[in-house]
Amino acid sequence: MRRRVRTAWLFLAPMLLVLAAVAGWPFLRTVYYSFTDASLADLEARQWVGFDNYFSVLRLPSGRILYDGLLVDPVWWRAVWNTVRFAVVSVACETVLGMVVALALNAEFPGRGIVRAAILVPWAIPTIVSAKMWQWMLNDQFGIINVALLNLGLIDTKIAWTANADTAMIAVLIVDIWKTTPFMALLILAALQMLPREILEVARLDGANPWQIFWRVTLPLIRPAVMVAVIFRALDALRIFDLIYVLTPNNVQTKSMSIFARENLFEFDKFAYGSAASTLLFLIIGLLTIAYIRLGRLSFDGGR
Amino acid sequence: MKFVSAFLALAAGIMLGVVQARAVELSIVSGDTGNGIKVLREILDRYEKKSGNKVDIVVIPPSTTDQFGQYRLWLAAGSSDIDVYQTDVIWAPQLASQLVDLTEATKDVVGEHFPSIIQSQTVNGRLVALPIFTDAPALYYRKDLLDKYGFKVPATWKELHDTARLVMDKERTAGDRDLWGYVFQGNAYEGLTCNALEWVMSNGGGGIIELDGRISIDNPKAAAALDMVKGWIGTIAPPGVLAYQEEEARGVWQTGNAVFMRNWPYAYALGNSENSPIKGKFDVAPLPAGEGGRPVATLGGWNLAVSKYSKHTAAAIGLVKFIASPEMQKYRTLKTSNLPTIAALYDDPDIARQQPIVPRWKEIFLNAQPRPSATARIKYNEASSQFWTAVHNTISGDGTAADNLAELQARLTRLKGKGW
Repeated sequence: MRRRVRTAWLFLAPMLLVLAAVAGWPFLRTVYYSFTDASLADLEARQWVGFDNYFSVLRLPSGRILYDGLLVDPVWWRAVWNTVRFAVVSVACETVLGMVVALALNAEFPGRGIVRAAILVPWAIPTIVSAKMWQWMLNDQFGIINVALLNLGLIDTKIAWTANADTAMIAVLIVDIWKTTPFMALLILAALQMLPREILEVARLDGANPWQIFWRVTLPLIRPAVMVAVIFRALDALRIFDLIYVLTPNNVQTKSMSIFARENLFEFDKFAYGSAASTLLFLIIGLLTIAYIRLGRLSFDGGR
Repeated sequence: MKFVSAFLALAAGIMLGVVQARAVELSIVSGDTGNGIKVLREILDRYEKKSGNKVDIVVIPPSTTDQFGQYRLWLAAGSSDIDVYQTDVIWAPQLASQLVDLTEATKDVVGEHFPSIIQSQTVNGRLVALPIFTDAPALYYRKDLLDKYGFKVPATWKELHDTARLVMDKERTAGDRDLWGYVFQGNAYEGLTCNALEWVMSNGGGGIIELDGRISIDNPKAAAALDMVKGWIGTIAPPGVLAYQEEEARGVWQTGNAVFMRNWPYAYALGNSENSPIKGKFDVAPLPAGEGGRPVATLGGWNLAVSKYSKHTAAAIGLVKFIASPEMQKYRTLKTSNLPTIAALYDDPDIARQQPIVPRWKEIFLNAQPRPSATARIKYNEASSQFWTAVHNTISGDGTAADNLAELQARLTRLKGKGW
């Protein structure tokens, strides 16, 4: 037994080393920078400032007390809210649509292989490319979407999709759902194919209608797989960057956590503040994941 | 540590010596606006023939805000992949410490350039970038449409609004349903800072941050200017203008769908190019003024800087001097209608004939208003971002101009801290 454990560690070692080098080390550096006043113009001149980037109290000579730092920065919390809201809405829509697509693809019909391959196309396009493509399609003056809606008589004036904060977020959601529903569908389809046929047969023989079969038999059986798919997507959605960055004007109403961090890291002279934002981003995603696993009673030990 | 750097310097010196003898491969990074990249390539082809070196263009997006972030990243990483950076006029103070001092190497040519531009690229006595063209915006207008309805070119923002409104209404009634009155750069990025500085300052609302470092933006005239612009959105300007940068605005304009446009001179040559629907139908004028104010044009312009981390410093400096030379500036101006930075070219007969905007724009660019980048120094980007955020919020209807500017004043004061 001990030998087997040792061999296991031996096999794991390369992966752990690579992980430590490409994820662990940069992460620790970021955390470290968040406790300094580092500036990208001269990283070596940094000094330790403790928690100042997160929270600091400033006492003015007049006796007024000012609070400063990320934890009291309304722009940051707005970014957190934007991101979480985006993640919840997009993942919910993708799960439902993905389920529908998976159920359809699970049925036997001619040409199923081609349809299955075709549905993966949006997922295969790099996000930045599809974001640019959609940006042109959503363009207010020459975008094809406005032209199509106008010709169909659904709208009477052209909509400036990406200009207004509300429609901009809707546009981002549409593109994200278009892009990642295939991923959800694929994972759910894999779960559906693992279902033992006999159970469904028995249910049918017992006189259950398709609706009952889905809710009482299929769904409970594929639930663990769906939960895992959801968490993959949620982790991805919480660090959304490219779609929002390309599609919307860079304002507070649509800014996500990653965009906030990038802006402070590279555009402003606030590398340390951006590092603090990246650290908090990591903590927030971590906490949400733990909460989700706990609440969903998700187990990763093989469904037991 | 000292030994290491001495050794590295020596090694670099030796390599430089070796490489100098042979042809080197350089790379230059530039944003992609209009036909700028195509013309740059043509200029580089000439350079390659003359010097025997090879030059690669690294093309990045047109938004100056995006470009700056990328440059910052490359420079902070000490990357030697890029030898020459094309830099915005506002960046010199922020990037200076990572750029090569060109003072010595360009002693023989700086005298040809306008002293004010050279001054803007000089930080603590070091010339960090050599100008290749300068920028001052113009009001583009459709001559044919104004003539048709008997309007003259508007001299104030109010006249612009009224003219745009009337022409737009009449043309729309006549069947041109996609026509808008005015397009500009309303996206939340550096371009909006340029536009808004013009609105505010031409209305007597000051220059956001004054030369002595005082923050002046919270005043009724500035608020009135933003309220005026808010009134344009959805009436004379398409609602989508809130997401437009230069190229989106030009897209609407050049397809003949706008009566007026605010843009830089590069749009002049493109508007008059073959198969442009508005070829010969438009002209340019100085931007309008506010009531009782004077017109204001924000100073733009682009320069070339050599990275401190370049492995081919000498060759890179040679390349910069080549592109900034009078011959190449003339070539660029003829192709792109970019304003040259060399005084003599404004009297050049070829330029006057082919790009008549250029000699007319000399006065405007000489009086153009710099953004407060020299005052706010390394904090400029954040200050500018605060400013454009407040402006974007106001003109997209999120909060009143007065409230947003009061908040902006407080934010800028906090950013300023003990001093810029």
